[in-house]
Amino acid sequence: MTTKYNNVYINATGTVTGPYEANGPFSKFYDKSYNDFYFGMPTWEQAESKLIMDSVDVVLSKMGKTRFDIDLYISGDLLNQTVASNYAASNLKIPFMGIYNACATSVEGLTIAANFIDAKQIDDAIVSVSSHNNGAEKQFRYPVEYGGPKRKTTTFTTTGGASAYLSREKSPIKVDSTTIGIVTDLGIKDVYHMGAVMAPAAASTIYNHLVDTGRTIDYYDLVLTGDLGIYGKSILKEYMKTEYNIELNKYDDAASMIFNIDDEPVYAGGSGPACLPLIAYSYIFDMMKNKKYKRVLLVATGALMSQTMVNQKLTIPSIAHAISLEVVE
Amino acid sequence: MEKRKYKEIVDKHTPKENRLYNSLIAFVTGGLMGVLGQGLVDLYSYWFHISTKDASVFMIVTLIFFGCLFTCFGWFDKIVNFAKCGFIVPITGFAHSMMSAALEYRKEGLVTGIGANMLKIAGSVIIFGVVSAYFFGLIRLLIMG
Repeated sequence: MTTKYNNVYINATGTVTGPYEANGPFSKFYDKSYNDFYFGMPTWEQAESKLIMDSVDVVLSKMGKTRFDIDLYISGDLLNQTVASNYAASNLKIPFMGIYNACATSVEGLTIAANFIDAKQIDDAIVSVSSHNNGAEKQFRYPVEYGGPKRKTTTFTTTGGASAYLSREKSPIKVDSTTIGIVTDLGIKDVYHMGAVMAPAAASTIYNHLVDTGRTIDYYDLVLTGDLGIYGKSILKEYMKTEYNIELNKYDDAASMIFNIDDEPVYAGGSGPACLPLIAYSYIFDMMKNKKYKRVLLVATGALMSQTMVNQKLTIPSIAHAISLEVVE
Repeated sequence: MEKRKYKEIVDKHTPKENRLYNSLIAFVTGGLMGVLGQGLVDLYSYWFHISTKDASVFMIVTLIFFGCLFTCFGWFDKIVNFAKCGFIVPITGFAHSMMSAALEYRKEGLVTGIGANMLKIAGSVIIFGVVSAYFFGLIRLLIMG
């Protein structure tokens, strides 16, 4: 389902990262980086909550607003019951919606906010997502200090918080349309190969977006998927070609960009809800403001996995949501 | 697209793990661990004038102690990640898995955190170790009387 918007803009963004992202190729584009995993908090879960609050603070100070000016706050993360977002919202005291679509949460949030704003039900909103490497490892995989060998297709959860401020007030980055994806499942059970799980969801959402808008893939200067990783990226390219006969040329994947893959123990690249917005809100938006890209399609991909269902030998469903952004004069 | 056809695409773009190389690393590091263990047994029986059987217990305690200590220092995971089964199969792997889980949950209380989660990885090893020990003991009793 694709929705077109007349008057929704992303006015400001805030990106806060952990140490591995700060060593990555786009370090100078982030608003703030920490060089440890605690940020002065006692646990990783509370640290993740701090990432969100920090990114909201950055956005508020960029806009010159206080939290009392904001109509709606939407946030999501990977932790059980999305606690990082809940505790951040508990401090912010802005009317709050907690959302979850795994790593597709960022675009899901932007979609909800854009709809409220375009319908003039609210004036502005802040949308946040976060992920924390150690928090996610603890919840989904093995203890962080456990050194069991990992497969090459494993992804490394990004540590970061990213927030965006949306309103009807004009700014260079306009939200053109959003496409809500359908849940796809092509029978992959491998939790260490998330790229393979999510590639069909990304392909179906990109295809549906193009059909709904009547555009071709060349309309976009860049199609950026969230966290397929280096192997998922090539799977998507081939799948897109065979299934939909679409050639992805001006295409990249945030997970493949965010780390120095050759120097860090990150295997197939990044993952996590924060992966796409960390790259998009910083580097990509910068390129858009400099007119290097005029039309960008962000496709956030999420593996809707749970360890319980994986243990029950079920396949992993996945989802992708797309948001089309345009530069306006 | 059919699931089977999609799997072909996935397999085509999935890198092969270097099994031979990994086995070789595990073989060498595991062998070195064995040499270290034997060295400790010899050393303890020489120093303390105790039997090899008693010295083996000392050796195991030593390896567990250093496995746990190095895990706490935060760099044993990198060594285990390199050595793979060479360090995971010996008692060091068992100590490492328990210690890493204990560290992970230390902020969630002694009982609800450390106590409840310490055996997260090692628990299966203990359960199936005990069960198989029982059955093999039974078989031995039936055959050898």
